[in-house]
Amino acid sequence: MRQFLQYGVSGLSTGAIYALVALGLALIYRSTRILNFAHGDITTAGTFVAFMFLGFNLPYGLAFPLAILAGAVLAMVFYFAVLVPAQRREATQLGQIILTLGLGLIIQGLVSYFGGTETQAFPFPLSDTRIYRLGGIVMSQLSVGTLGIGLVASLLLFLLVQKTRLGLAMRATSENLPAAQTIGIPTRRILALSWGLAASLGVLAGLFLAPSLLLDPFFMLEPFLKGFAAAILGGLNSLPGAIVGGLIIGVAESLAGGFISVAFKNTLAFLIIILVLLIRPEGLLGTEFKERV
Amino acid sequence: MDLIESYREELQLIRKPWTRVWVGLFVLCLILLPWFVPEHVTYVATIICIYAIGVQGQNLLIGYTGQISFGQAGFLCIGAFTFGHLNLMGVPWPIGLLAAGLAAGAFGILVGFPSLRLKGPYLAIATMGFGIAVYQVFVNSEALSGGRMGIIVTKLSPLFGLSNIAFTYYFNFLIALLFTLLSYNIISSYIGRAFIAIRDNDIAAEVVGVNLTRYKLLSFAISSFYTGVQGGLYGLFLGYLEPNMFTFMESITLFVAVIIGGLASVEGSIMGAAFVILVPQFFSAYKEMVPVVYGVTILIVLIFEPLGLYGRWFKMRLYFRNWPFR
Repeated sequence: MRQFLQYGVSGLSTGAIYALVALGLALIYRSTRILNFAHGDITTAGTFVAFMFLGFNLPYGLAFPLAILAGAVLAMVFYFAVLVPAQRREATQLGQIILTLGLGLIIQGLVSYFGGTETQAFPFPLSDTRIYRLGGIVMSQLSVGTLGIGLVASLLLFLLVQKTRLGLAMRATSENLPAAQTIGIPTRRILALSWGLAASLGVLAGLFLAPSLLLDPFFMLEPFLKGFAAAILGGLNSLPGAIVGGLIIGVAESLAGGFISVAFKNTLAFLIIILVLLIRPEGLLGTEFKERV
Repeated sequence: MDLIESYREELQLIRKPWTRVWVGLFVLCLILLPWFVPEHVTYVATIICIYAIGVQGQNLLIGYTGQISFGQAGFLCIGAFTFGHLNLMGVPWPIGLLAAGLAAGAFGILVGFPSLRLKGPYLAIATMGFGIAVYQVFVNSEALSGGRMGIIVTKLSPLFGLSNIAFTYYFNFLIALLFTLLSYNIISSYIGRAFIAIRDNDIAAEVVGVNLTRYKLLSFAISSFYTGVQGGLYGLFLGYLEPNMFTFMESITLFVAVIIGGLASVEGSIMGAAFVILVPQFFSAYKEMVPVVYGVTILIVLIFEPLGLYGRWFKMRLYFRNWPFR
């Protein structure tokens, strides 16, 4: 039983990372109907920016916010410089998804070129080896911090979306774009903001993941795919769904790794994707109109 | 564009005598290639031939049927390892190749089932999940992947006194030619028209009598058959197989080839295959920059020339045909 709880708790902290990634994906999907295949790469780029700033001996308090800002700016520039012109030329929804794939490839290549492909240790204020005990359950400082930041970020996002005028505008834009434009919401700016917000959530996840995974240009690929699975499980257009999905995937994966086999751990997320899509494509908390033939 | 007066004419692959001459000359050039160019070029041309098969299959699925797939590496992996294991058992290559295609095709039907319910982005994720799951199963199972050493495939010994490289080139060139003819025949037949109807509007296709279930699954099966054969040929060409050759990046490469070459065109598929093989060759000093070139080309193609390289080629031809009128 204690082992079970231990796996569950360590799963929650990985789940918090997946939830942050999934939140970013869901935020973009529900406002623009685009699956952002560049999400993982934007995150990697942001983390590398943080690594570079730390290399200049900047304090953590300055380097991390700058990195998050850099990720957000990258996503917004992509929105204005590529997606908007593509939409003017009537790119299809699928075409826009492929555009994000192209962006992902570009960032991946540039990061490997400038950041180097060898793995590097990522310095971090929270320690991976300092341990807290609670009952019989052991948690490292890092995983407590990860879980905490996941909850805080989700809470802040919730407040932003539900309680502010800006959040109201975001909800209106994702609900009905032409209607939002008609009543005077600057939809293009709102959408750019959604992209920026999503990217900064992703970079946040990347920053907390890098110390335990070691930094290389591909370190976000796996968590990004798990985040995808989480977003699908929770429902692609539902923000609470993304959090729930992320935590479920984190815990399920940790339990599967502990009780079945470590090799099975990574395949689980993809089995979940396929099963969810077969049984309930709209996800646990999602609602989307499905046409049937 | 052309006026077609009878069904026989519709089924014809080449309608003008001059086109016949050009195509004949092009094929002749390809046949004479090993005599006139250095061995390295023949080697690259062989890889292009192998890739062209898989890209054509992928194009039948994405370009003609409009069903997106990010899991092509999974089929490639299944095809390649089916071929590899049969090869270890001493099965002759034609049967092995056929089995590779059929095994991949069977999995294609399996993956096709979600496509009956899913559309667009959701299908992209489902197939992506499949591709990665297959990769991880092969990486984690020593029995399937042959462990760390991978599987050694015995190469074909050259016939007719040809050099090794020239023989491999002719072998793969002939198979690629066969599959190209097959794709042309598929798209100009009832099956191809059913695929296009599904792409343009699946509800309307169902209404005019296209069996959606059958043709969506058929499209997945044909596409993964092509990809499976590509996998088998790739194994035969390299002489060994390991799961790390079939990562998510491989799916992306095949996908990029289809997009850059041009959706819904067989010539485009071949151009796309040539593109994704030649770019890493030219940028071999800057390996990291290859994805950047792919990415930038995708952005340019999708924004300025949605029909890809084929679209550009087609417009050039049209310009010269109509010259001096515009």
